[in-house]
Amino acid sequence: MDAALIIEWIIKSILLLVICITGFAYLTFYERKALARLQVRIGPNRAGPFGLLQPVADGIKLIFKEELIPEKADRLIFVLAPVVTVVPALVVLAVLPFGGVVNLFGREISLSVAGDVNIGILYITAITSISVYGIVLAGWSSNNKYAAMGGIRSTAQMISYELALGLGFIGPILLAGTMSLNGIVEGQRGMWYVVYQPLGVLVFMIATLAEVNRAPFDMPEAEQELTAGYHTEYSGMKFALFFMAEYVKMIAVSAIAATLFFGGYRGPFIDQVPWLGPIYLLIKVMILLFGMIWVRATLPRLRYDQLMAFGWKILLPVALLNVLLTAGVIMLFPGLGV
Amino acid sequence: MIPDIVLFIILALVAVASAVGMLFSKNAIYSALNLILNFSSVAVLYLILGAPFIALAQVTVYAGAIMVLFLFVIMLLGAERLRRSETLPYQQPVSIILAAILAVVAIYALLFRPLGIEAASVANPDFSSPAAMAEMLFNEYLLPFEVTSILLLVAMIGAIVLTRKRQRRVQR
Repeated sequence: MDAALIIEWIIKSILLLVICITGFAYLTFYERKALARLQVRIGPNRAGPFGLLQPVADGIKLIFKEELIPEKADRLIFVLAPVVTVVPALVVLAVLPFGGVVNLFGREISLSVAGDVNIGILYITAITSISVYGIVLAGWSSNNKYAAMGGIRSTAQMISYELALGLGFIGPILLAGTMSLNGIVEGQRGMWYVVYQPLGVLVFMIATLAEVNRAPFDMPEAEQELTAGYHTEYSGMKFALFFMAEYVKMIAVSAIAATLFFGGYRGPFIDQVPWLGPIYLLIKVMILLFGMIWVRATLPRLRYDQLMAFGWKILLPVALLNVLLTAGVIMLFPGLGV
Repeated sequence: MIPDIVLFIILALVAVASAVGMLFSKNAIYSALNLILNFSSVAVLYLILGAPFIALAQVTVYAGAIMVLFLFVIMLLGAERLRRSETLPYQQPVSIILAAILAVVAIYALLFRPLGIEAASVANPDFSSPAAMAEMLFNEYLLPFEVTSILLLVAMIGAIVLTRKRQRRVQR
């Protein structure tokens, strides 16, 4: 294995982390601005031009806050929980193709950290399935009944919606005939899979909202019932880490949704100018993120039993039906869409 | 080759240490966390052996789904600090005999069968791709696969039946 390859991997990994963290900072700004506009307010506009330095100001404020650890908390797990929450959110995008293959300094470089892996989707499901631990452990280790209830709620919620999410992946896999994300993007050369998979997209979007604990599924942190849910006892940078995980996950699921259903990095003239790939992906992610913010501004939170009933009795059967329909159509009309 | 062996030794140490930690920790939550660590290190072992599909299935199913349910039940019941429950009288001798059998088999496998990393990974670079796995599961091993799924279904129905009965008793 040559040294240049290792250097390439290191640079790509650092770039991915920088993108995720900057994305997190400016997503909070984007959300506050968009929410404010939806509610006929102006939003943050004091720090820097158009309030663009607001995330920096927030960060500085959080660094100087006092960090508290409750006396009866389980200290080891209490400190580890924010880290366990952030790491899966940061690494999940490693298999995502940000573009095709570009030529840089005479090297062929594929624009994704892990390159083209034939189990890309399985990697994503594996990471999402372990991403719940941080929240559960934060809730349990705080030794606070609200935090514990938030943790338990989020476990139940994330397990329930993970099934629908996993079934949502199956539509694009069946259509593309591969679990590689590059393969799925290439399969959308003719037409985006959102056209063949309207039901699948719907299920996937709803399930991702629940998976990242966003409104109207932000049950684990329902303010009125649980003060702040699993992060009630956290303050300072540890609290910021939970927020970072939530927003990075929002970016990640939007990028995954864009890749699976909306053509990923593909767009006009992509074959001539491969560097357009990341730009197309960014635009698609921004639009999907706006959708998530819009939903938050529009819909009230579901009641907890409604949430569970919806997940198991409506979303899961619909997702199964979608898999059945997709598989059936592919069997009956081979060569359609693929 | 040498980095592989170093990696293997580190992983093996982590796997064994987390298994021991799982057995001996007083707090059930820590036991569960040790078990998660154990499953994850075994998953990385699969990865070294060139079987990424099995590795990620291991993480998704065992370290993810199943252990989340374990943690969930432990937290829900508040069972993290269990008192020592009485053991069955025949439990200890049986476990010692079984452990001895396992040790003998393991030593036999180590001494008389050349198990090597090379032997596994050189065979066929494509042997663990998702397509190859599916081919195996749904052709050669279709019957065991379906029997397993029915077994799991029966277990699930059993759990539902048990909770049903309790609900009815409460209503009366």
